[in-house]
Amino acid sequence: MSENTSYRFERLPANDAEKTVEGRPTRESVLDYWTERFGVPPEVFEDYAFWEKGAGKIWVSPSAVPDGLEVESLGITFLRTRQEHWKPTTNAAQRFGRHATDCVVDLTREEAERFVAGEDQEIAWDGDWGYLIAAHELVGEREPLGVGLYLHGELRSMIPKGRQRDL
Amino acid sequence: MDALERYEPIIDDYDAFLAACERPLPSVVRVNGIKADPARAVAALEAEGVAVTRREWNESVLEVDTDKPGNTWPYFHGWIHGQEEVSAVPAVALDPDPGDAVWDTCAAPGSKTTQLAARLDDSGLLVANDDNLGRLSALRSNAERLGATCVAVTNGDARRFTTDGFGVDAFDAVLADVPCTCEGTVRKNADALDDVGREASLHIASLQEDILRRAVELTRDGGHVVYSTCTFAPEENEAVVDAVLAAEPVDLVEFDVGLEHSPGLTEWDGETYDESLADAKRFYPHQNDTGGFFCAKLEVAR
Repeated sequence: MSENTSYRFERLPANDAEKTVEGRPTRESVLDYWTERFGVPPEVFEDYAFWEKGAGKIWVSPSAVPDGLEVESLGITFLRTRQEHWKPTTNAAQRFGRHATDCVVDLTREEAERFVAGEDQEIAWDGDWGYLIAAHELVGEREPLGVGLYLHGELRSMIPKGRQRDL
Repeated sequence: MDALERYEPIIDDYDAFLAACERPLPSVVRVNGIKADPARAVAALEAEGVAVTRREWNESVLEVDTDKPGNTWPYFHGWIHGQEEVSAVPAVALDPDPGDAVWDTCAAPGSKTTQLAARLDDSGLLVANDDNLGRLSALRSNAERLGATCVAVTNGDARRFTTDGFGVDAFDAVLADVPCTCEGTVRKNADALDDVGREASLHIASLQEDILRRAVELTRDGGHVVYSTCTFAPEENEAVVDAVLAAEPVDLVEFDVGLEHSPGLTEWDGETYDESLADAKRFYPHQNDTGGFFCAKLEVAR
């Protein structure tokens, strides 16, 4: 097994059989995660490829991009996988979270304001604990805000500092 | 505004031009087609009490009656991006097709890059380069917020850029929105005219010409290059394009954009330029209540 590099975007292997880098997730495991956790079907990612640059930092771009690009960034950051619990990024939740049907917590306007300001808050939620997609209603439809960590009755905002807003 | 006096002979209604240069710019945003359509963005802004005026020439361009469009829900969701109206012209002129390989030579902070990504339906590969490491973070965060997955960011000198590693021999389309003296940004930067003039323009023109030549060299036969600046100076606009037309296998071609404009110059300060430069476009602040801009479209014919 070779090691992950910090300077090259390497395509995730299709499955375990094709794995050559220690600890690297597979495309299959990434698709399974989004399906099992959020109900996002694999077809949503049909035209996209996933890349690792930096240990456990997974990026998404259109699939036609060649392997091994040595660039500053490729597409958008998508998922963190080197902790026990995988964590989608704010921008992945916004970009792909409209397809989610599970583990989506719908916030009121006031709760959404607190969430994007980066505040933690008590929220009633009877589903799984862990990382959830937080959403609110915008012009009649559910729109994902980002990712929250739900533990012990509290929703912690995972919105990065630079993305937080006082709305 | 003294620095603008030398343009009096080429600008119709110079008094209106000067008056416009002294007014602040309207607040304008572009709707990000990757995440929202214009009707939904308008509805979301109006629901927050922000009045919106649509622009006829481009359904994605909206004037908004707030100085802080960044503090709205549509901005947080990446549905809109603050972008000066006339700076939306080059991506419209380049008009790449979904799936194309595109190079943006001087991309930070990424307004035009992300506009190109939306026009590509966020498919293909859009290589967004900038030589300024400090400005790359703005480019990256804008691409992230707007959800532009087709953007690969590089940090290099456009003059020595190559297609190595990108899986293509040449790009289908290239945007050369080059560094310039930025005279046309005077409505947003009061000090924009502090260090401008013929000498400053001649000084930066060789860099601009080198970038445009590299853009042409890395574009496939039949592919397009758009050259743009936010300055009025002919030394940085028509003179640069004229030099590249003479040196490279490339022709200047027409493009349509529904904004009032003046034709590119074919003579200036005792010099004459290729007749085709009349198909380049000059945008003056008084014509559309925007900043100043220059845009030319080239087609490679090897």
